[in-house]
Amino acid sequence: MRLSDLPKGAPAVVDRVHDAHAADPIAQRLRDLGFVDGEPVRVVAIGPLGADPLLIQIGSTRFALRRSEAHRVTVRQEAA
Amino acid sequence: MSASTLRIALVGNPNCGKTALFNLLTGGRQKVANYAGVTIERKEGRFTAPSGRVLQILDLPGTYSFDANSPDEQITRDVLEGNYPGEAAPDLIVCVADATNLRLHLRFVLEVKRLGRPVVLALNMMDAAHRRGIEIDVAELQRRLGLPVVETIAVKRGGAMALIERVDGEVPVAAPAMADDPESRADLHAQVRELLAATVTMPRQTAVMDDALDRWALHPVFGLAILAVVMFLVFQSVYAAGKPMTDAIGDIFGWMGTHVATLLPAGPLQSLVVDGLFGGLGTVIGFLPEILVLFFFILLLEESGYLPRAAFLLDRLMMSVGLTGRSFIPLLSSFACAIPGIMGTRSIQDPRDRLATILVAPLMTCSARLPVYALLIGAFIPMHHVLGIFNLQGLVLFALYAAGILGAMAVGWVIKRIHRDKSEHALLMELPSYRMPKPRDIAIGLWERSSIFIKRLTGVILALTVLMWFISTFPSPPAGATGPAIDYSFAGYLGHGLQFIFAPLGFNWQISLSLIPAFAARETAVAALATVYAVGGDANTGGLAHALATNFSLASALSLLVWFAFAPQCMSTLAVIRRETNSWRNVVISFSYMFAVAYVASLLTYQITRLLTS
Repeated sequence: MRLSDLPKGAPAVVDRVHDAHAADPIAQRLRDLGFVDGEPVRVVAIGPLGADPLLIQIGSTRFALRRSEAHRVTVRQEAA
Repeated sequence: MSASTLRIALVGNPNCGKTALFNLLTGGRQKVANYAGVTIERKEGRFTAPSGRVLQILDLPGTYSFDANSPDEQITRDVLEGNYPGEAAPDLIVCVADATNLRLHLRFVLEVKRLGRPVVLALNMMDAAHRRGIEIDVAELQRRLGLPVVETIAVKRGGAMALIERVDGEVPVAAPAMADDPESRADLHAQVRELLAATVTMPRQTAVMDDALDRWALHPVFGLAILAVVMFLVFQSVYAAGKPMTDAIGDIFGWMGTHVATLLPAGPLQSLVVDGLFGGLGTVIGFLPEILVLFFFILLLEESGYLPRAAFLLDRLMMSVGLTGRSFIPLLSSFACAIPGIMGTRSIQDPRDRLATILVAPLMTCSARLPVYALLIGAFIPMHHVLGIFNLQGLVLFALYAAGILGAMAVGWVIKRIHRDKSEHALLMELPSYRMPKPRDIAIGLWERSSIFIKRLTGVILALTVLMWFISTFPSPPAGATGPAIDYSFAGYLGHGLQFIFAPLGFNWQISLSLIPAFAARETAVAALATVYAVGGDANTGGLAHALATNFSLASALSLLVWFAFAPQCMSTLAVIRRETNSWRNVVISFSYMFAVAYVASLLTYQITRLLTS
């Protein structure tokens, strides 16, 4: 499942970040910011226009990601 | 500089409280400059440690990693490694980390450690960590990291004592340098997890307060409503608090001018000092109060952590016209004056987004356009009421503001279309914890920004005002001349010459002439028109409005209003574009596109109005 498809508030963990193209700097930056295997993530808020960008909670940090950026991240939803 | 000076570099993630720590250590003793050729700020300060040793502190840009996607990360890395030309390698690196956000910040600490240079880790915001019940085993963290670790509270007086004692002591031994390859980078996260598991206990991942505030501030409906109210209050304050001060400063300079005039013999010298120097300086300094009030609110919003929230709410809208959520604040500032707006684009890391913002910022209706709008609207637009409640004059003013915003959106959209670089540009913006702004940091920020503003502009505006004064004063009218003196001057000839270009827009030679000083500062167009129509100084604008109404048509007036909405005016703006982008090419692009847009829009306005009113 893509992070961009994760429902608001649903707990999940990061699987990995996919490069949208070769040497994708945005994907690399996401990894540097801690989007790595096993990190818990959650969608905290959704932008008011066109449901974009998304506010993502990872660890104690909140990042605003556009849908296209969140689309690079695959997540596993935790069994409730 | 004595041999015992210790050079310290401060590094850390954005939002780690590094600047507050820098302010706490160095107070007002800071020097702000740019790294050569780029607009990344280089901040340096110094203080004397208890031992008497002078510590020279360099505040490096906030950095997430050394992957060097952005020029500031590249510079940070080069400076730390001693590879930056003209910058000696620091003797000691102080790496600052937010104690409430170690999962993110420790990774960068590990990256810094791998440079193989002496490092001290400052765990900042320990007060917030205690409040949230976060416990950190500092001794264990220090042992595992192999770096000295000290606790700091940058927002508290004396909150850096432990750090000062540590850096004043022996320089710690550097860890061995390590290669930087993708594999070991991925490894950093695993190390961070291990460190956190062994040394940190967090009862809760986030602050309760942030969750509560964000629920409202980022709400799709209430969030936008709150943003609208905040912006409305900021604008009200800029005009309510700034305007009277601006007028007072204008009066003081006018009064000084007249007093100096009595000391000098009448003639060109007196006119240069009174009209050129005092008039010009009064204009520049006169903008300062409004700009200070605006800066104050922007700093307040920045320090509190609200600005990234505003950017979050508006990102989609801005992106649809080729900008980014981060463009919001620079464009907002441009309603007071495009100069602080363009300076504010430094917060946009992406070079293409930043340039697009710089190019559209001058289209926002700045406060210098208001005197011209007020004069022309007062003279030509009747006080009708439309639909019973709206005042026609107010509607025209609103339409001019809207024209600027819509124009900016259109230009942004066109830039996006024609730009060759179609690659994706990221938002990837951290929303930091809310914080109570500290008066000390606001005061230092205000001082820093306003001194940059004055330094940059005084010289250029002064030179140009004097030039304007010269061409509108010389040559003097021949004996027995009947028209206004300016008609015989170089400016007069220029006005007549320019009329050929501007006649299709419905501008007569007097208007064409007033466009010349308007290029120095828009609001001086009013004074220039007053001189040409010989109705006395600008104190008498009622008479001027009457003179204008009898001298040109509604079509010309509307055309002139549209011209002022779009024209490339105020060379200070162009000078700042040159400074901030380090390129004459961008100045030429701004000037020519705005000239073309203004020309076409005014031409259409004039010709259509003429058809409708004839």
